[in-house]
Amino acid sequence: MGEEFNPSKPIYLQLVDRISWEIIKGERKAGEKLPSVREMAIQSGVNPNTVSRTYNELERMEIVETKRGQGTFVTEEKERLSELREELKLNHIQNFIEEMKQMGFSSEDMIDGIRTYVTNEKENNA
Amino acid sequence: MITFENVSKRYLTKRALSDVNVTIPEGKLIGLVGSNGSGKSTFMKMIAGLVGPTEGNVTIDEVPVTRRTADKVAYLSELDEYYSFYSVKETISFFASQFADFNTEKAFEILDFMEVDREQKVKHLSKGNRGRVKIALTLARDVPIILMDEPLSGLDPMVRDSIVKGLLSFIDLEKQTVIITTHEVAEIEPLLEMVIAIRNGKVLALEDVETIRERDGMRIVDWLKKQYQAEA
Repeated sequence: MGEEFNPSKPIYLQLVDRISWEIIKGERKAGEKLPSVREMAIQSGVNPNTVSRTYNELERMEIVETKRGQGTFVTEEKERLSELREELKLNHIQNFIEEMKQMGFSSEDMIDGIRTYVTNEKENNA
Repeated sequence: MITFENVSKRYLTKRALSDVNVTIPEGKLIGLVGSNGSGKSTFMKMIAGLVGPTEGNVTIDEVPVTRRTADKVAYLSELDEYYSFYSVKETISFFASQFADFNTEKAFEILDFMEVDREQKVKHLSKGNRGRVKIALTLARDVPIILMDEPLSGLDPMVRDSIVKGLLSFIDLEKQTVIITTHEVAEIEPLLEMVIAIRNGKVLALEDVETIRERDGMRIVDWLKKQYQAEA
C-alpha cells in the first residue's frame, strides 16, 4: 500500500523531492500536466491536503504552474529546469561529502576515490 | 468543528473517558490511536450520539450532540450491523430508506470501484467484501462527519489497499471531516493529517502528523509510545 516514506521528514517535502527527481529524469516533461490532487493522493496513498501542500511548494519553487481551471503543469521555463538539475546535483554532492567526512575521509581521499571509480567504470565498459 | 468539553463517561464502575477536552478542526483526515480499551470506541460513539457523556458536553458546530445531530454523522462501527439475508443491492436500498442524505448512486459507484458484486447476498460475501460494503454504506452518506471504527481490522493487504483507495477517491475534505481508529496506524500514516492519542480514557495529545515528523523526526507509532511514557 502507498509507498515508504522517511519518518523524519515531512511527507509533503518528500513528494516535492520525488516529483523534482521525476522531472529531472525526464519521466515528467516540461509543460506536462501533473495528476490532479486527488489522483496523486490515490496513486501515492497520501492525504489530499498533503498533496495540495506539495503542489503549493512546487509552485513556490517555480517548478510547476497552476493554470486556473486546468490543473497543475510542469514549467516550460527550460532555465528553471536546468537550475533545478544543478540544485539536485549540489544536494547529492553535499550529502556525499557530509557522509564521507563523518567516516573520516579528507577532500583529497574523496576526489581520488571518485577519479579511480570513474576510470575503472570506463575501462569495464570499454 | 467537534468539541469535547470536560467530558467523562462511566459505565457503572468503569471509567471509559475522563475529563476530555479537545477541539477537532474541520476538513481533515484524523487518526484516533491508542491501545485496546483506551476509550477510542466510546469517543467515536459520543460524536455519533450513540453514547451520552456522564459529565461535560460534546458539540458539533456548537450544537450539543443528540440523536438529532446524527444526521451530520456517518458512523462505521466495528461490528457487522446489517441483515445478512439481504443482497448487497437490497442493503443499499435499505440504507437509502433510513438516511435522507444517503446517495444511492454514489454507493453503487463505490461498490463498482471496489469490484463488489451487488447481486450477492451479504451472508455469502467474503470478509473482505463485507468490509468493502461497510465502507460503501458509510461513504455514500453526504454528511460533514465520517467516523470509522477499525475499518481495516482483520482484512488482508489487498483489501486494505482497495479500501484506502476507495476512501481517498470518495471523501471530500473541503466539506468533510473523517476520523479513523486503527491498530495498523503505520499502514495508514501517510493518509492522516492529524492524530489524537488516547490512553485510559484520557486524550493525551492532538497533533499535526507533518509536525511530528519535522519537529520530532518520528513516526506516529514512536510518537504514541513517547506520549504513553510521558503519561506513565
